[in-house]
Amino acid sequence: MADLLARAGDVGLASGPVLWQYSRALLANRLFTAGAAMVIFLAVLALVAPVLSRAGWLRDPMQQEAAGLDEDGIPRPAGGAYRLGTDNLGRDVLARAVHGTRISLTIGTAAMVMATVIGVLIGLLAGFYGGKVDLALMRFTEMNMTIPAILLAVAFAGLMDGRVLHLAPEAWHWRWLDVELKRGMFSLFVIIGLVCWPGMVRVIRAQVLVLKEREFVQAARVLGASDARLLLRHLLPNILPTVIVLAAMSTANTILLEAGLGYLGIGVPPPTPTWGSMIFDGQLLFTVAPHIVVAPGVAIVLTVLAFNLMGQGLQEVLDPKQKK
Amino acid sequence: MSLLEVKNLQVHYPVKHGVFSRVKAHVRAVDGVNFSVAPGETLGLVGESGCGKTTLGRAIVKLVEPTAGQIIFDGEDIAGLSGAQLRARRRKFQMIFQDPYGSLNPRMNVGQIIGEAIDIHRLADSTSARQKRILDLLRGVGLDPSHVHRYPHEFSGGQRQRIGIARALAVEPELIVCDEPVSALDVSVQAQIINLLQDLQQQRGIAYLFIAHDLAVVEHISQRVMVMYLGKVVELAEARTIISAPKHPYTQALISAVPEVDPDSKRQRIILPGDVPSPMHPPTGCPFHPRCPLAQLPRCSTEAPALREVAPGHLAACHFAQ
Repeated sequence: MADLLARAGDVGLASGPVLWQYSRALLANRLFTAGAAMVIFLAVLALVAPVLSRAGWLRDPMQQEAAGLDEDGIPRPAGGAYRLGTDNLGRDVLARAVHGTRISLTIGTAAMVMATVIGVLIGLLAGFYGGKVDLALMRFTEMNMTIPAILLAVAFAGLMDGRVLHLAPEAWHWRWLDVELKRGMFSLFVIIGLVCWPGMVRVIRAQVLVLKEREFVQAARVLGASDARLLLRHLLPNILPTVIVLAAMSTANTILLEAGLGYLGIGVPPPTPTWGSMIFDGQLLFTVAPHIVVAPGVAIVLTVLAFNLMGQGLQEVLDPKQKK
Repeated sequence: MSLLEVKNLQVHYPVKHGVFSRVKAHVRAVDGVNFSVAPGETLGLVGESGCGKTTLGRAIVKLVEPTAGQIIFDGEDIAGLSGAQLRARRRKFQMIFQDPYGSLNPRMNVGQIIGEAIDIHRLADSTSARQKRILDLLRGVGLDPSHVHRYPHEFSGGQRQRIGIARALAVEPELIVCDEPVSALDVSVQAQIINLLQDLQQQRGIAYLFIAHDLAVVEHISQRVMVMYLGKVVELAEARTIISAPKHPYTQALISAVPEVDPDSKRQRIILPGDVPSPMHPPTGCPFHPRCPLAQLPRCSTEAPALREVAPGHLAACHFAQ
């Protein structure tokens, strides 16, 4: 029995629903528990931020307060009435940093889901069909890899100038298919999702290449299983551990990219508080009021760290062979 | 009429080299094989590693695409079929695999593994009929029906092989290709699985193409035995005949290598010189001539011997067999 389990673990496979199977080992893994605890804390913070503001525990992140700047127009420092000080417009930095969590986590997670779906789909198809399909899909993926994600995202963001894109032919008058190209949460997560998937493709493809030669896949073929059944019932469930690890790791990337775009001024438009735009606003006053930059900076570092820790923990438990 | 008739079957793998992936050579894994299997018959297939017996088995169930030749199943050539046409025909021929650990999806329980076969070919009208069928199959292969919700890793190697057999039986095939179904199992468990396969054959009249490298196992289960060397059939005869009176020098060497229990037996072991040549560059003429104790040059190196009838129902591919 013991050697059977060892063999199952050997190839990174165990039976039953993935996370349930591994839950015990995950809870015993310190990297995972530390990362997951931080992620849960951030998620709860993001959820309750408006409640905190309404209840008076936090100030209004949008409100430019007269008392927020001193007589020379310099922001208030940390400590005192404003716990983390105020920014260049007299807004409370703590409230803005906490509310910034909402944007970061929402866009980061949505973009991660989008990148994972694209990456897994391309990796599965390339590995499964091989030959010319593989060649075309992998060259397309490599083309995307050669362009730095942030440049590609800036280029995409440049397209978001408020035009309306008619996806259906003009004569049809299908207004519901119209897409307004404007800056906002939705366009931002689409942009980030579209530039973050290439890294996943290779890992997924490599796994599929190994799996599709396994005898249970061959057995399903002999039974007459369709390609869709082979992909969805046999290959996908067996690469799920890897997908989960990749997804957790890539969330750190998407969040970082969102902050980067915010800093460049092409993120969610002001006055909505985002960590990236907070750093941009604070950098001119860095010598007199460093707290404006430090607060969102620390928030970004902690969030990225949390997702990376969680990803590493997941990898140690779910996918020990992929460890680099 | 025979259930399966294989005519001049060839499976060649291209070997690619260089920048532009030019095809430099072909590995002739299966090189012009002819045989037939009658309904309810067991045809044994033996040969050493790399002789093409597994590739032949996989080509017959269309896991690998044959390069040339015909696979006539129930009067219909399936060699060129693909897509939905082929998938519909797949019900008739199934396969049992060698590795009981690799042949079951670790993320599906026993009910799902067997149920999948039933679902693909829509063999049950209702959920209860489907469930009944799954439980009947489990009972039929000697497994406890209450194990239907268990996952593969909860079973022993022999039990897993029984699950694999139940999966193959679920679609009521007429032919099962057994690719070394017992070589990964303990000897005691081997006998159980062999007996199970024989019982099932008697109950259901299934034909087997039984691939193995263990001559004793093949002799026990097969009516006829086929010997392969370098992608070619060198001898085909009744199981008892091939063991007691092999005609081809390769078969003679193979049989002399089977260990015997009798300590007084003074049987001579035939040691073949050299190694199996690469199937990429098979020898000219008879593929066995560089290692053959009977070889007479230049005839054997220039003229390929045909598989001819040397005795009634006994085929051998050797110039000197009689």
